[in-house]
Amino acid sequence: MANKIIYEKSRGLTDTPLTYCPGCSHGTIHKLVAESLVELDVLERTVAIAPVGCSVLAYNFFNCDGIQAAHGRAPAVATGVKRVQPDKIVFAYQGDGDLASIGTAEIIHAAHRSENFTVIFVNNAIYGMTGGQMAPTTLIDQKTTTSPYGRFEETTGKPLLVSEMMAQIPGATYIERVSVHDHAHILKAKRAVKKAFGYQVAGKGFTMIEVLAACPIGWGVTPVNSMKFVKDEMMPYYPLGVYCDRGGEA
Amino acid sequence: MAVLTFNDVTCKGCDLCVDACPKKILTLDTSRVNAKGYNPVLCTDINACTACAICARVCPDSVIKVEKGEAA
Repeated sequence: MANKIIYEKSRGLTDTPLTYCPGCSHGTIHKLVAESLVELDVLERTVAIAPVGCSVLAYNFFNCDGIQAAHGRAPAVATGVKRVQPDKIVFAYQGDGDLASIGTAEIIHAAHRSENFTVIFVNNAIYGMTGGQMAPTTLIDQKTTTSPYGRFEETTGKPLLVSEMMAQIPGATYIERVSVHDHAHILKAKRAVKKAFGYQVAGKGFTMIEVLAACPIGWGVTPVNSMKFVKDEMMPYYPLGVYCDRGGEA
Repeated sequence: MAVLTFNDVTCKGCDLCVDACPKKILTLDTSRVNAKGYNPVLCTDINACTACAICARVCPDSVIKVEKGEAA
């Protein structure tokens, strides 16, 4: 008698082994996106916009079409793709160094125009790919390779609260911050990601999901301790929740 | 009866599934090393597995496939 499959790798992901470090949250977030696209039955007409950063090769991992954009410009490329081919489901997959630093202009104006695509914003409070430098989202007193004594508020300000900022823009349809540090939060994150894509399918405008993620290698901790860092250090400063929902029921 | 299938090639030995397993029946197999140089994960007591799939969902690399067999 056939076994009932409880969980297997989503067909929304290719067989290519992920190039991320052990314990990196990118893999978990890739799974949530892939599963959502499969469940909404839109995988075959999806275009992924990969950023610059650790996930620069994301188009190799998602089992859909993909383009890789210049640093921070994924929302601009996504705008072009979506306007030329409005029947496609488009998502920009961006990190915090990409979206919250060099790409702030693009992301704000994409939301301002209420472009009908989805942004997956991976906030791990550090530049991972380039070697663990301080990002705008790095926590106060957090040590990185460019803040070896911890981040000072006096000279570098407080960590940028992107979801709170984006929710103020009238064109932003749905902004939520989620976390993937444990199983329960992964399930909640999945619901948020799927809801965002559902809004896009319904043509409701700009959606962004900020995902608190761990960078164990960049932070210099074990993967298990990195998840504790997300829970104990990041979540108090970056509260989870829906920051705006102007889409009504999907 | 639960059936766990591990894709040893892509396992990076990050320990997240070991930490998340409510039955504490997963461990890293220090007697083996995969091609990437990591100790892949191993189930020590499949009879205690409830097929909750928490390990599979927390795994960033989709290493674990969870199946539940029909009752004999």
